[in-house]
Amino acid sequence: MNSVETKDVHLYYGDFHALKGITMAMKKNQVTAFIGPSGCGKSTYLRCFNRMNDLIDGVKIEGDILIDGVDIYKTNIQVDDLRKHVGMVFQKPNPFPKSIFENVAYGLRVNGTKDKAFIEERVERSLKQAALWDEVKDKLKKSAFELSGGQQQRLCIARALAIEPSVLLMDEPTSALDPLSTAKTEELIHQLKENYTIVIVTHNMQQAGRVSDYTAFFYLGELVEYAKTKTLFTNPKDQRTQNYITGRFG
Amino acid sequence: MKRYFHNLGEKLIEGLITISGTVTSITVLLIVFFLFKEGLGIFSQSPVAEGSVIAVHQNNPVKELKAAEVKEIFDQNITNWKEVGGPNAPIKLFSIDDITDYYTEEQIGANFEHLPQRLNELVAQEPNMLAFFPEEYLAKDFKGHRIELANVSLGDFLLGRQWYPTIQPAVQLGVLSLILGTLWVSLGAILIALPLGLASAIYLAEIANPKVRNILKPVIELLAGIPSVVYGFFGLVVIVPLIQDVFGLPVGETALAGSIVLGIMALPTIISVSEDAMRTTPRAMKEASLALGANKWQTIYKVIIPYSISGISTAAILGIGRAIGETMAVLMVTGNASVIPHTFLEPVRTIPATIAAELGEAPQGGIHYQALFALGCILFLMTLAINLTVDFVSAKKKENR
Amino acid sequence: MAFGTTSSSHKSKHLAQSAAFFIFRLLSFSVVAILLVILGFILVQGISVISWEFLTEMPREGMTEGGIFPALVGTLCLVAGSMLFAFPIGILSGIYIHEYAKDSWFKRFVKLMTNNLAGVPSIVFGLFGMTLFVNQFGFGDSILAGSLTLGLLALPVVIRTTEESLKAIDDSFRIGSLALGATKWQTVSRVVLPMAFPNIITGLILSIGRVSGETAPILFTVAAYFLPKLPTSIFDQVMALPYHLYVISTSGTNIEASRAMAYGTAFVLILIVLLANLLANWLRRYFGKKVKMN
Repeated sequence: MNSVETKDVHLYYGDFHALKGITMAMKKNQVTAFIGPSGCGKSTYLRCFNRMNDLIDGVKIEGDILIDGVDIYKTNIQVDDLRKHVGMVFQKPNPFPKSIFENVAYGLRVNGTKDKAFIEERVERSLKQAALWDEVKDKLKKSAFELSGGQQQRLCIARALAIEPSVLLMDEPTSALDPLSTAKTEELIHQLKENYTIVIVTHNMQQAGRVSDYTAFFYLGELVEYAKTKTLFTNPKDQRTQNYITGRFG
Repeated sequence: MKRYFHNLGEKLIEGLITISGTVTSITVLLIVFFLFKEGLGIFSQSPVAEGSVIAVHQNNPVKELKAAEVKEIFDQNITNWKEVGGPNAPIKLFSIDDITDYYTEEQIGANFEHLPQRLNELVAQEPNMLAFFPEEYLAKDFKGHRIELANVSLGDFLLGRQWYPTIQPAVQLGVLSLILGTLWVSLGAILIALPLGLASAIYLAEIANPKVRNILKPVIELLAGIPSVVYGFFGLVVIVPLIQDVFGLPVGETALAGSIVLGIMALPTIISVSEDAMRTTPRAMKEASLALGANKWQTIYKVIIPYSISGISTAAILGIGRAIGETMAVLMVTGNASVIPHTFLEPVRTIPATIAAELGEAPQGGIHYQALFALGCILFLMTLAINLTVDFVSAKKKENR
Repeated sequence: MAFGTTSSSHKSKHLAQSAAFFIFRLLSFSVVAILLVILGFILVQGISVISWEFLTEMPREGMTEGGIFPALVGTLCLVAGSMLFAFPIGILSGIYIHEYAKDSWFKRFVKLMTNNLAGVPSIVFGLFGMTLFVNQFGFGDSILAGSLTLGLLALPVVIRTTEESLKAIDDSFRIGSLALGATKWQTVSRVVLPMAFPNIITGLILSIGRVSGETAPILFTVAAYFLPKLPTSIFDQVMALPYHLYVISTSGTNIEASRAMAYGTAFVLILIVLLANLLANWLRRYFGKKVKMN
């Protein structure tokens, strides 16, 4: 079953043709990794799934993007409803200048949840899911900035999980973290797969190999190759993919 | 040799540049020095009007009075000596114009040549008299004793409610009404400017599309440059009559007029400082909020405003500072009555306006002149406190990052 | 989980946003409208007064007739005098703070003092100018005393402008120059200053606009109530536009009769600020293009 499906997606930044007709489908409860050299369009493509590109002036998108069967660029889609359904974790940990608790509760509150007990329960569950609960349970009222970088990133993951999205987008989530925090986050991705469809952008090929079930290789705005991770890394069909994974460019 | 001159030139330039840097710092110290040198003089001068004498019968036990008591006596609010520590007897007031009630012109003399003698007799005859007359008519063998007026104390100065710097026989130099007037007008100004300014800043920083923004920004910047006297003039010909009509007041020159004009003047500062602060909110933080399903407005009030709150407070404080120090516009529209304000619909007088209006008429070195400098000191300290607060707030902001 | 159907929480969220944005838009436009009304009012009322005679004649009939020539000349003298003082010292101080001063207590002291000087109310500058320049130095009420006082007022503005402009120049240019064996001053004068020049000059022009409208500092240091002749030396008193406007609108011999003169004077004052802003904007764009082409 497909969670995210795109058909012939083109994206333009003004005159620049950034994505050139991308058609692919991402399976439910699987981890799909996007790899490719910087500027290949993998992050841009990811940001189409929760319409984050809307925030940039002069962006034009063509083609269809379906999430759980709903065309998200149809006019009657409310973009904040979509974003509630599609969570996102960013490159650098970006907690709000609020307490740890309020960071996680934020998504619930902005989406109209007022029930205190429910929020408390959900915050606890999300922090547990993000493997952060034991470290922060005694200082939920403390500022999120007091956490280490790795903890902050897991907080951001908990924050995304609290609104129970069905798809979780991760845009190079470990690029600002030390190796230990990276390992923890990758472990977490493994566990989260049970409940979520995860799409992760990374330029670390080892990471793609470690965490993903499927891998897509992007180059100059095109989807070059998309296959099971094992297949793509051991038996690439396209010469460009082979060059990239063997380190000839990138 | 050439190398040597080269190095010399380099050293000279460095010296010149260092000196320039020093000049600015010295200026501030000089300002403080001269301001306080003149201003503190007020505490060592007698508040008796210059060249005048206040005297009583030699047996009167009252030796010293406060300036405020003298005024109360001459206003006939105090009528008995026991109220100022003397015997239980009514106070008989005498000032030099009353002399004809006691003596004929012949007795005084055509050129007032006998006047000192007559005054001497009069004070000696009347045990309950409080006499006030010019020093030049003080007899050499004067039999009464001169009343010393207590020097103005810091408490009298700051907490006194009466500001009559030229009144006879004793000047009243209480600045409480001026301080409160300044704060009152500034408070009104900030109440007007803050909501408008913040709304505009939010609109410009987060809502307006770039085209609209590029038109509005220069207009607001331009208004920061309009001279205060022009704002004052506009207030005088438009806002003052408008307030008079709308509220049916006898005069339109009120605290409200001052607050409106100052509020308008503070707008550009508040808008640009708080807009800059909001624009420093990291993009990542805004995106995180949007990605969680918050809409633009929720992102603004739940993330952007809390993030830039110290910048916004700086903007508010700077706006207050601008209002407190503003002179000409306030002078022109507030009516300048030195009373403690109770509503926004009565005239008030601020510290800067007082200095501007009165310094030209105050004789140099006199107590009035020094009182105006002391007001300058108060104003300087108020704005210094504001600057230090701003420094403190922005230092704290850096710490939090 | 279904989405794509509008939830009730979404509706109230959206309503709050629409309401908030509507209010902000309304308030912002009313701010701009207030400001435009002030400008427009003065410009419309003033334009009919402006004529060649108004600009070049002495005031007559208790300042209800004639022109503003001596005040115009006076203001020009004061602006020129104050800039002569504030520009060199201010620019050099800015260079000192950003390029030369090491991170010592003295630099922090200079910065603190500069910041505080910027916050000192203009009337306090007037008090200071009066004691120091008029009385202590014995300049009397004169162009010299007034220019120095106004110059002090402009000083922190000039310093800050210079400092900000220097800050905008990337360190790599300085390092590049020093690496080629240039001395510090050579680096500053041949690399850094030329690059910072457009921004500095823009700030300076804006400060001219500011200084020309200041009233409080000149009240007791130079400004004459009525003086229908031109100055012959820097020790003369002069009339000045902002003080002239104050006088004829509040304490002239016949306030009603001099209203037209007042509108004309306010018009000229606004025009000076407007021209300074336009010139500054034009220079910014002009130099901006040049830098890009390089």
